[in-house]
Amino acid sequence: MRYLIMLKGDRPAAPPPPELMEAIMNLGAEASAAGALLDTAGLSPSAAGARVRLYGGQLSVTDGPFAEAKETISYALYQVRSKEEAVEWASRFLALHRDLWPDWQGEADVLKVMGPEDFG
Amino acid sequence: MTASDPRPVVEAVWRMESARIVAALARMVGDVGLAEELAQDTLVIALEQWPAQGIPQHPASWLMATAKHRAIDALRRQGRYRQKLDEVGRATPDAEEPDVAADLDDYVGDDLLRLIFTTCHPVLSTEARVALTLRLLGGLSTEEIARAYLASDAAVGQRITRAKRTLAERKVAIELPPPAEAAERLASVLEVIYLIFNEGYSATAGEDWIRPSLCEEALRLGRVLATLAPHEPEVHGLVALMELQASRIPARTGPDGAAILLQDQDRRRWDRLLIRRGTQALVRTKGTLGPYTLQASIAACHAAASRPEDTDWTRIAALYEVLAHVSPSPIVDLNRAVAVGNAHDPARGLAIVDGLDLPNYPLLPAVRGDLLAKLGRTAEARQEFQRAAAMTANARQRTLFEARAAACQ
Repeated sequence: MRYLIMLKGDRPAAPPPPELMEAIMNLGAEASAAGALLDTAGLSPSAAGARVRLYGGQLSVTDGPFAEAKETISYALYQVRSKEEAVEWASRFLALHRDLWPDWQGEADVLKVMGPEDFG
Repeated sequence: MTASDPRPVVEAVWRMESARIVAALARMVGDVGLAEELAQDTLVIALEQWPAQGIPQHPASWLMATAKHRAIDALRRQGRYRQKLDEVGRATPDAEEPDVAADLDDYVGDDLLRLIFTTCHPVLSTEARVALTLRLLGGLSTEEIARAYLASDAAVGQRITRAKRTLAERKVAIELPPPAEAAERLASVLEVIYLIFNEGYSATAGEDWIRPSLCEEALRLGRVLATLAPHEPEVHGLVALMELQASRIPARTGPDGAAILLQDQDRRRWDRLLIRRGTQALVRTKGTLGPYTLQASIAACHAAASRPEDTDWTRIAALYEVLAHVSPSPIVDLNRAVAVGNAHDPARGLAIVDGLDLPNYPLLPAVRGDLLAKLGRTAEARQEFQRAAAMTANARQRTLFEARAAACQ
C-alpha cells in the first residue's frame, strides 16, 4: 500500500540548517534503500503557484500565495506494509527537525493512496 | 505520538528493522537461527518496555542496540566473547563492551547481502529458500507465510526450522559467495525473489489480501537488493521486470475478478509511476542481455504502447529470439511464436508452435487457436480453444477460452 506524506509548517525567514538538509538526504537514501520511498520532492512557496477553483459552476484561477497560515513544504510517496510504517517514516522525518532545527514546528499529513486493496 | 496502545508501533518498527537486526546478529553469532531468536527476544523486550516507559526517541536505534547487547550476552554465555573480540581486532585487556557493538556496527548493507545469500543458499530446497527469505528478510510471521502460500502453519514452521537446521548442520558460512560461485548464487537469489513475485501475481481477485501483497514484498526485496548490489545488471533487470509487470496489476482483472488479457486491458489504468521506475531500472542494465533484462525489455515494449496496435512486435519478436538463445525453454518459444505471428506472419508463428513439445499446457492450444483464427482457419481455431478450455484447471482461464471458442464462427 502507498501513502503520501505532506509536510506542512510555517515557512521561516532563515533557511534550514545544512545539517538538517544533510540528514534529510540520508534519510531519503535510507528509505530508498529499504525499498520504501518511491518519490519525493520539496515544494516552492505557494507564492510561486496558483489555485484553480470550481464553485457554483464557475472556474476561477487565483495566483498564490494561499491564505492558509501553513505552507505545504514537501511531499513523499512511500510503499509500505501498514499505516504504522508510513507514520514511522513521517516520525523519523519530523524527529530530524526536532533534533537539528529546534525552532521549527509543523506537521506531516499521512494520507493513504487508494489501491487495489480498497476495492473488491 | 499518542499515548494509546504502542503495540502496533512496536510491531511496525520491528518489521521495518528486523532484517537489518537479524543480519547484524547473524554476523555476530554466526547462526541465523540463533540470530532470529535473539531478534525475537528484542521484540519481546520492546513490547514490555515501550508501553511502560514510552516509545524511545529513536526506536530503530534502540532496537538495534538492544539486540546487539543480547548477542554479546549470548556470546559471553557461550564463552566466545573473547574470541569474537580477537576477531574484530580490539582485544585489549580492558576493552569496553560497546567497542564490540561499535566495531560490528558499520556494515549493515553487507550484512543484509550476506543474509540474502544465506537464506537463498543452494543447500536448501526452493520452498525452504522462499520461506526463510520471507521470514528473515521480509519479517513475515510463519502464519503470514502459510496464509500466503495456502499451506498449514505447521508445515511452514517445520520448513523454516528444518532450513535453519540444515544451514547449521552443513556449516554454511554467513558470507558473500566466493567469486567462482557468485553468478550461480546470485541467480538463486533472483529466482527466489521472482518466485515470490509470481506467487503474488498469480493470486486472483477476492483472495486473501496477503497473497497479492507478495508482489509488493518481492518488489521491496528487489529494490533493496538493487541498492546493495548496484553493479549487477540482472538485479536491475529483475527489478525492472517486476516494476513493469506490477504496473499492469490495476488493469489485469475486471470488476467481476475475471482475468483480462494484455491486449484487452484498459491501458489508462496502468500504473505510470511503476512504468517510469521500471524503465529507469532497465537503463541501469546498460544494454546487457541477461534473461531478466530481456524479459523486462519485452515488458517495456508493451508499456510503451498506449494502444495495442502501437505495439512494436518486431522488436518483441527479436528480443524473444535472443531470450530463446540465452535461456531456452518451450515457454519462451511459445511467446516467440505469438510475437512472430503478430510481427510478421501468423503462419510463421504457427510453424514455431508446431515444433513445440508442451504436453498438457493449455496456453499451447490457446496460442495455436489464436494464430489459426488470424489465418481464417476458424473451425480448427475453435477446436484448439476447446482443447485449451478442457485442459486448464483455472476456472477463469476456462471461461476465457470458451468465449474464444464460441467467437470462432
